[in-house]
Amino acid sequence: MSVSPEIIVVGAGIVGAACALDLTREGLRTTVIEEGAPGAGTTAAAMGHIVVMDDSEAQFALTRYSQILWDELRGELPLNVEFENCGTIWVAADDEEMAEVRRKADYYQERGVRAEILSPASLREAEPHLRPGLAGGLLVQGDGVLYPPCAAAFLLHRAQELGAKVLLGKKVTNVGKGAVRLADGSALKANIVINATGQLAPRLTPGLNIRPRKGHLVITDRYPGTVRHQLVELGYLKSAHSLSSDSVAFNVQPRKTGQLLIGSSRQYGDENRAVDANILSRMLRRAFEYVPGLKGISGTRVWAGFRPATPDKLPLIGPAASDPSIYIAAGHEGLGITTSLGTARLVTAQILGQRPAIPMEPYLPTREMAVEHHNA
Amino acid sequence: MRDSAAREVTVRVNGRPVSVPAGASVAVAVLLAGRTCRTSVTGEARAPLCGMGTCFECRVTINGEAQRRSCQTLCQPDMEISAHE
Repeated sequence: MSVSPEIIVVGAGIVGAACALDLTREGLRTTVIEEGAPGAGTTAAAMGHIVVMDDSEAQFALTRYSQILWDELRGELPLNVEFENCGTIWVAADDEEMAEVRRKADYYQERGVRAEILSPASLREAEPHLRPGLAGGLLVQGDGVLYPPCAAAFLLHRAQELGAKVLLGKKVTNVGKGAVRLADGSALKANIVINATGQLAPRLTPGLNIRPRKGHLVITDRYPGTVRHQLVELGYLKSAHSLSSDSVAFNVQPRKTGQLLIGSSRQYGDENRAVDANILSRMLRRAFEYVPGLKGISGTRVWAGFRPATPDKLPLIGPAASDPSIYIAAGHEGLGITTSLGTARLVTAQILGQRPAIPMEPYLPTREMAVEHHNA
Repeated sequence: MRDSAAREVTVRVNGRPVSVPAGASVAVAVLLAGRTCRTSVTGEARAPLCGMGTCFECRVTINGEAQRRSCQTLCQPDMEISAHE
């Protein structure tokens, strides 16, 4: 390319911020437009688990690649990003889940991800506050946690330092045909537009198969040492994959401050951001079943947010079917904090016509979206 | 004298016995022990500000239970209170 194209990224959540940084790093002229505050949507509602997942080969490839990119960035992250390499323990309640632990361990180890099978005794030693009688677990040491809104702010700030322009408080009403039109009636020239508006992406690009999937989280007061790893029940795989019904799963994360984030819930069809007392109480009861000591502690805040969910649980990354000058970087469901960095690399490679580090085909918005079934 | 003994409660603040009038809050015992209450995320001392359960600056550990509001909790005999060191 002899003249750098004008690129406009719509949305300054963690995915938009990561795209802006990656594009400016490559010397591309980039402007970010955000209607609210950076990282204030789904990013701020998220848990911030940097996790390798194995729901499908494509999901593994993107989460693993992204985790490596986070590790590379680690030394540069400011303290307020609260990055911590605490590891994940997938907790198995029974023999059936223990079989899944062994399958998962083999899968990770074959692909170069460290994973250690924990016996009931070693699980107890690693996490003494888990209830007795659990079957074991799988420790994935390389996983970590961070504080998503500060991570997004950092990525955006770094992009600005490298020359990206950021327009806040501007609502984009329409994109395509070489321009971005704003609610105030003005228009900005854009050779390429990146739609990084998460669960709202279909508003700008009608026809995208992204639906909001509501989730709740509780943050507690500081109880350092109550849990040491991100703990997720393996039953999560069963409940998180149910596409139709509401579900809860035990998922607790230790924060650097000693606070605990308690999740998780999944609901389709409720687009109201208010906390749903019924599902919140189901979610907490599930957490108490796994860590009985949580019952007596103080929660300080409860909130709900919306994951941008796709039918095949993979994000949409690449040119839109309707207009190849519009790139989609959305639909990351519950994995956007992890996969933001890999997404940004894929988008940049596609724009530059380079070969990306991982195959991009599984994430192209033009793919057939058959619903995949989990291998468990 | 028996009256006044009956109207006193002895608790321990960071291991040290402190006697307070019956009906006194844990915050009083902590202050009489010369202590402050909670420790901020950055390690600073914090003490009661509102005294009515709103500011949460008075949190201490009581009988092993962390993050209890000392201004909202009355002293009971032999309470073990752990405050900012």
